[in-house]
Amino acid sequence: MASSASKNSLLLSKIATNEKHGENSPYFNGWKAYDQNPFHPTENPEGVIQMGLAENQLSFDLVEEWIRKNPKASFCTAEGVEKFRSVANFQDYHGFPEFRQAIATFMSKARGGRVTFDPDRVVMSGGATGANELVMFCLADPGDAFLIPSPYYPAYYRDLGWRTGVQIVPVDCDSSNNFKITKEAVEAAYEKAKNNNIKVKGLIITNPSNPLGTTLDKDTLESLVTFINQKNIHLVCDEIYAATVFSSPKYTCITQVIQDMDCNPNLIHIVYSLSKDMGFPGLRVGIVYSYNDDVVNIGRKMSSFGLVSSQTQHMLASMLSDEDFVEKFLATSSKRLAKRHRVFTKGLEEVGISYLKSNAGLFCWMDLRRLLKDQTLDGEMVLWRVIVNEVKLNVSPGSSFKCVEPGWFRVCFANMDDDTVEVALKRIRALVGQEKKAQEQAQVKSTKKRWQSNLRLSFSSSTRRFEQEGVSVKSPHMMSPHSPMPHTPFVRAIT
Amino acid sequence: MHMLSRNATFNSHGQDSSYFLGWQEYEKNPYHEVHNTNGIIQMGLAENQLCFDLLESWLAKNPDAAAFKKNGESIFAELALFQDYHGLPAFKKALVDFMAEIRGNKVTFDPNHLVLTAGATSANETLIFCLADPGEAVLIPTPYYPGFDRDLKWRTGVEIVPIHCTSSNGFQITEPALQEAYQEAEKRNLRVKGVLVTNPSNPLGTTMTRNELNLLLSFVEDKGIHLISDEIYSGTAFSSASFISVMEVLKDRKCDENSEVWQRVHVVYSLSKDLGLPGFRVGAIYSNDDMVVAAATKMSSFGLVSSQTQHLLSAMLSDKKLTKNYIAENQKRLKQRQKKLVSGLQKAGISCLKGNAGLFCWVDMSHLLRSNTFEAEMELWKKIVYEVRLNISPGSSCHCTEPGWFRVCFANLSEETLDLAMQRLKAFVGEYYNVPDVTGRSQSSQLSHSRRRSLTKWVFRLSFDDRSPIPGR
Repeated sequence: MASSASKNSLLLSKIATNEKHGENSPYFNGWKAYDQNPFHPTENPEGVIQMGLAENQLSFDLVEEWIRKNPKASFCTAEGVEKFRSVANFQDYHGFPEFRQAIATFMSKARGGRVTFDPDRVVMSGGATGANELVMFCLADPGDAFLIPSPYYPAYYRDLGWRTGVQIVPVDCDSSNNFKITKEAVEAAYEKAKNNNIKVKGLIITNPSNPLGTTLDKDTLESLVTFINQKNIHLVCDEIYAATVFSSPKYTCITQVIQDMDCNPNLIHIVYSLSKDMGFPGLRVGIVYSYNDDVVNIGRKMSSFGLVSSQTQHMLASMLSDEDFVEKFLATSSKRLAKRHRVFTKGLEEVGISYLKSNAGLFCWMDLRRLLKDQTLDGEMVLWRVIVNEVKLNVSPGSSFKCVEPGWFRVCFANMDDDTVEVALKRIRALVGQEKKAQEQAQVKSTKKRWQSNLRLSFSSSTRRFEQEGVSVKSPHMMSPHSPMPHTPFVRAIT
Repeated sequence: MHMLSRNATFNSHGQDSSYFLGWQEYEKNPYHEVHNTNGIIQMGLAENQLCFDLLESWLAKNPDAAAFKKNGESIFAELALFQDYHGLPAFKKALVDFMAEIRGNKVTFDPNHLVLTAGATSANETLIFCLADPGEAVLIPTPYYPGFDRDLKWRTGVEIVPIHCTSSNGFQITEPALQEAYQEAEKRNLRVKGVLVTNPSNPLGTTMTRNELNLLLSFVEDKGIHLISDEIYSGTAFSSASFISVMEVLKDRKCDENSEVWQRVHVVYSLSKDLGLPGFRVGAIYSNDDMVVAAATKMSSFGLVSSQTQHLLSAMLSDKKLTKNYIAENQKRLKQRQKKLVSGLQKAGISCLKGNAGLFCWVDMSHLLRSNTFEAEMELWKKIVYEVRLNISPGSSCHCTEPGWFRVCFANLSEETLDLAMQRLKAFVGEYYNVPDVTGRSQSSQLSHSRRRSLTKWVFRLSFDDRSPIPGR
């Protein structure tokens, strides 16, 4: 059997058998710890709290209310049912015009109404995941490269490069200037790539940033636009966190910038989605919005591989064209995110944990450098294992975002209720207290053996899984989106 | 143009083919029974619109599933957040049960081997990404679904080498044809990774025989390659007994997980044809190979099924009363409608391949060709689109090696419209070809002066340089 399996693997494509899906990164490994021992306030209060998932769960009540009040949009009334066949039958890759209009309007509102979007440039895709891949397929050939400022979303490795063959060339940013992207850094990365005979086709920026939670200022954006125009390369702006901006500085989107600049519109492309702004990752609504007509045309044909379900288009066309609802939602969501951010960061401040000042996103970029025994990648991994296994918080280590400075961690705060936030903060206080104590003890006695004994895995003996029925709690109790493979380097590294 | 990728600039998306161009003409002048009775009748779209009433009445009685509710409670938040590429367990279970039911429960499927994708379009592309590298090839019997040129080749860089089938034996796959195709690939220095068949066949409207399936399995076994069976029309076979799935034949050959060929057989499914829900983008890959399942599952991230849709369909397909009734009623109505089309064609002196499945007939109009060439086929097709005002699909767009065959769909229009279409066709044949109808009476063949003028008109309308965006599929 073993030989037939390996024989069969020769029959599969390189793509199917290489590791370029990137799912063996620690970003996903931490989820395993959560899946095996998920926190529940009453049934498993010692479980791992999921803080590695950038989900927006704060405003579902508003959406649920809208759905209840608008049953027609869900085929739930006689009038609604009448629409069923024409909706179910509709597979035109242009999408419903009402849907595209609603998306264009929503995108505008999410940017404070400061810019408008043309529904005819809205191209559907299978979530932002599908959108990012589609844009790469349109702009780059296998072997071409795109510049991406680090730290960046871990799954870019898969989304941008797995099936497309496109390479990522990082533009490293660090805390010396609060992780800002500088024109010099971008130019240096571009030149270095060129000298290595790597063909750079463009630059991708995520604005607001994941994992930083910051928005780019107008000057930086302008300098980046100038740069790509000079080099005649593309600029892809992943704006999926646009409506998660909750405080100043005000958000400047790329559309705003280019309307005031001399810029070749054929180089500008936006990736959008409802997964973060509305909290709908399950509905798979990804959007490619390009100012390049050819990209729109070809992108539309390619969207056949990941269209939005017409059932979902139908409902969202109705929901997102309800202007009162959208305005109320955006305002409320922003307020709630601001409050949650305030509560969480106050908790961090109370125990002397610093973090990058941010005004957007569903997470906080925590500075735990002073808790590292060694200011190295290994040191970061050591601390991370403590946080996941001992403190029982699944946070994402900076290295999984390719951050060049060890000690930074992304911690998500919008995917849980207020009580769970309190528990999480309590545990963080304990972590800091515990670390302080451990450091003091280490100064007295020899350190290595002690550290290692503290790091032994301590999974609870009974793995608890929760069925979705009958558990009515707001804290996430679901399996993580990607259950990683059973034998991960994470586990091997301990023994 | 050099700013974009090769994918974006070449035409391998295949959408300049006549298959899609016919739609363009339809879009410009679509038939409507009240507002545009002279418009073009769409018979080029393989859609199943015959059983919506069954689904609608179920929906009316079961509004919860569409309202994000379960057991009366709102589960909106759960569904909105659910993006697990393993899919909703309840939906996958209901789907594999449905697949088994369609096959008369002669085979069963394990939900853990099912990967959900955004339609069969995505399923087919994903499978090819998993099984072949750029520059490698897959063999496909002709005639085949024109969309394969895009779905299987465009972004994957994989080639299609045709297995030529002819009318001499009802377009069935033969051993010599398989070998010839394989050798052709070798001559072109293309490494063959597998064979892809559609069963029931599009565009033939026939189910594969047990013989053909055994032939295929022996062939792929011998060559050590994959077999993909696109079974998206499985529920359109007019009787469950007449459809034999490749999984059934594997079982009959006593192939199990211990035989090598077991892991190399993959099935593609979708609800677009059987349930008539192409808009919902529900496709699936079923494979016995764990590595393929694992790779395809990760790839499905690029095209997952909306959780809202998974929830609705999970409730629908779990209702065994509905599925049992639907499968039977669907078969009955399709069979009846096909009969109507066949008889209408006969009245116009046109025969077709004897079909027992699908949403279309494979029609033989070779006797109406000016010459036995594809140019003549195109001429005839344009006449049918512009003069008869029927959009049907020419065999050449399906890579048929014999000119004169056309795919004509019957399940996407009302009975009345079908009648009208047949009347138009009969009139056209009568006027141009003096062909006797089924009663032996021949029709007038004199071309009036006005007819000659309109003939000239359509000659000048032959311009397919228009590259305006082509809608839908």
